[in-house]
Amino acid sequence: MDLRWTDEEKAFREEVRSFINQNLPAATRERMKMGKSPTKAQVVEWQQILNKRGWAAPEWPQEYGGPGWTTAQRYIFREELMLAPAPSPLGFNINMCGPVVIAFGNKEQKERFLPRMLNLDDWWCQGFSEPGAGSDLAGLKTRAVREGDHYIVNGQKTWTTLAQHADWIFLLVRTDPNAKKQEGISFLLCDMKTPGITVRPIITIEGGHEVNEVFFDDVKVPAENLVGTENRGWDCAKYLLGNERFGQARVGASRERIARLKQIAAETYDNGKPLTQDIGFMTKVTEIEVELQALEMTVMRVIATAMKNPGSNKPDPTTSVLKIKGTEIQQGVSELLMKAAGPYAWVDGDPDMEGGSDQVVAEDPDIAPDWAFGLAGVYFNWRKQSIYGGSNEIQRNIMAKAFLGL
Amino acid sequence: MDFDLSEDQRLLQDSVSRLLGDKYGFEQRKGYLKTPQGWSAEMWAAYAELGLLGLPFAEAEGGFGGGAEETMLVAEQMGKHITLEPWFTTVVVGGGFLRHGASAAQRAGIVPQLAEGKLKLAFAATERQSRYDLFDVATTAKRDGSGWLLDGAKGMVIHGDSADMFVVTARTAGGQRDKSGIGVFLVDAKAAGVSVKGFATVDGQRAAQVTLSGVKLGADAVLGEPEGGLPLVDRVVDEAIAALAAEAVGAMEAAHTMTLDYLKTRQQFGRTIGSFQALQHRSADMMVALEQARSMAFFGTMSSQDADPVARRKNMAAVKVQIGRSARFVGQQTIQLHGGIAMTMEYAAGHYFKRLTANDGSFGDADYWVRVLAEAGGLIAAA
Repeated sequence: MDLRWTDEEKAFREEVRSFINQNLPAATRERMKMGKSPTKAQVVEWQQILNKRGWAAPEWPQEYGGPGWTTAQRYIFREELMLAPAPSPLGFNINMCGPVVIAFGNKEQKERFLPRMLNLDDWWCQGFSEPGAGSDLAGLKTRAVREGDHYIVNGQKTWTTLAQHADWIFLLVRTDPNAKKQEGISFLLCDMKTPGITVRPIITIEGGHEVNEVFFDDVKVPAENLVGTENRGWDCAKYLLGNERFGQARVGASRERIARLKQIAAETYDNGKPLTQDIGFMTKVTEIEVELQALEMTVMRVIATAMKNPGSNKPDPTTSVLKIKGTEIQQGVSELLMKAAGPYAWVDGDPDMEGGSDQVVAEDPDIAPDWAFGLAGVYFNWRKQSIYGGSNEIQRNIMAKAFLGL
Repeated sequence: MDFDLSEDQRLLQDSVSRLLGDKYGFEQRKGYLKTPQGWSAEMWAAYAELGLLGLPFAEAEGGFGGGAEETMLVAEQMGKHITLEPWFTTVVVGGGFLRHGASAAQRAGIVPQLAEGKLKLAFAATERQSRYDLFDVATTAKRDGSGWLLDGAKGMVIHGDSADMFVVTARTAGGQRDKSGIGVFLVDAKAAGVSVKGFATVDGQRAAQVTLSGVKLGADAVLGEPEGGLPLVDRVVDEAIAALAAEAVGAMEAAHTMTLDYLKTRQQFGRTIGSFQALQHRSADMMVALEQARSMAFFGTMSSQDADPVARRKNMAAVKVQIGRSARFVGQQTIQLHGGIAMTMEYAAGHYFKRLTANDGSFGDADYWVRVLAEAGGLIAAA
């Protein structure tokens, strides 16, 4: 038993860190340090820098452009990105659609789509959820009818993250309405410029424009864009959702935010002294740090198991533990950041300031310290974390069934 | 990074698990509790035979040559069966003082007997005013020729009523809450001026009030520096915290398993109660708490060996906080999900709950350590 990183892994971490330091554009890092999401241009620029280095898709097999890393290396790489902080490779391309195309797509699809996914020439978005199909995803109704060389798609998707940036969408559609719920679903790739697609922004409670409704009105999708077998799309969906192993733990992101929180707390006065000297506040911070330390060890255990069984895609119920704890911690940190800002948290500001509601207030140092801007927005926005990716209640259902035998 | 056990470690784990599986069923435990000393002399002999009493000592000194990982494995099994014998106080705490504080000559006089089961140790540190601050010491040790004269009273000395020898903290210099001026002494339980009043604790263990009045000790009774004993205490306590964490994980796992079994068999409203989502989710939350605790027990085992006392103490504080929080939640929910049956003395669940509660309180509870850690700046530095 040896619970430390090996010397090779430590050297790898140094290599990644120094690459990030030398290549991450300063404006991107600055923006992310302030708790804001990177802009579209910043995400694209960074992913292309990573792609040039061969690091755009940590988890992909080497034959499709992956770097051939061990599970530990992939984890370290993603940690370092979060700690920097730097944008992660775009999840829709690299962790959702890409792996499905690699596992289920044909040769033409792989050659056509994968290189452009890697280089973020195409920005993908995810067309899974519908107004009537949230946690019960297999209840989806968007219909695709085969007519000659095309599928005609009609229906509505919702919660489509960053669809306003997207060039392509991967879709779950119902191709056999008479089959059992999971058995009549197919996985389609669709160009967002196809006539009949309408994207309508959904402004979330903090005022940001992150998610959208996407309407399909007689949209013609070439039949060659079907991934895998018709009516077997649920296999793709399950594969995609099961791919999520450590993504939701986001230990590095929480570490970076806690370090930031302590910096802010040191500059904020309460009861005549820095907030860092308020034992009540710091106790709350410390409780979260402890949970995070435990979570990091839990991630390590999952990595160690994964490294012993390389290639296994067996869903590990510990993933649910990571999701529940990881999101609880992130939400807790976002709340403490907001609290640390005191009265200045209440300036209405979209943390991303990229479009969104016109109610929000532009950043202005006369109104509030720059570090306070948007902290409440992140807190409000991050309530989503325990809802998406299989709500934390769904995770408990999964654990009860798979782990506990209930 | 590698969480796998070596062949020897697996063997150790299996043999302890087999021994306790055979001899430490809940009904058997009730029998051990009823003996006058409150634990099983037969089990004590079996531990000695298995090498568990000599576990952390060097083989050359009559020990088994185990390290922190071996201690973790044994402690976890002890927790699974909520054992009653003074293994933790004698081997982990007492043994820790011998390993880190005693001279080779001092060890030679004690370790072989200890490993054979003929000598038991207890740690006498807590005083009426000290609460969890082990540096808060009013008991005095005054120079007496070449030796020492001890006066004071120590409370809540776990397994103090069966100990043959006490490890006693006493003030050799400075004020009551000074961190320097603390000495650590080995005191024979039968020495003149030592009186011991034993009693039962809530978790089925034993403890004692130990009074020291004019106890004369030789120069060879001191462990380490007579005025600089606190770092030794801290080091031993940090190792003890790691073992307590593993013990708690064993007890939590047993409590959780017991709860799941009950949910799968208990019928109400014409179906098993485990089919109700409210109870499923609660047991999933118990699982989360248990996994976080298990992770921190590993972390504690690793961190307890850190040579840097400041980093080590912070990490061990974090271990104590997580284990305490998890133990409380798992313990309370074990009772709640069972319902009334778990409120009865004759059912095992309540005994696990009580031990988990006492485990949290051993060497400072989670509230104590979260304050210590917060005052030390936490685990993560400011950006």
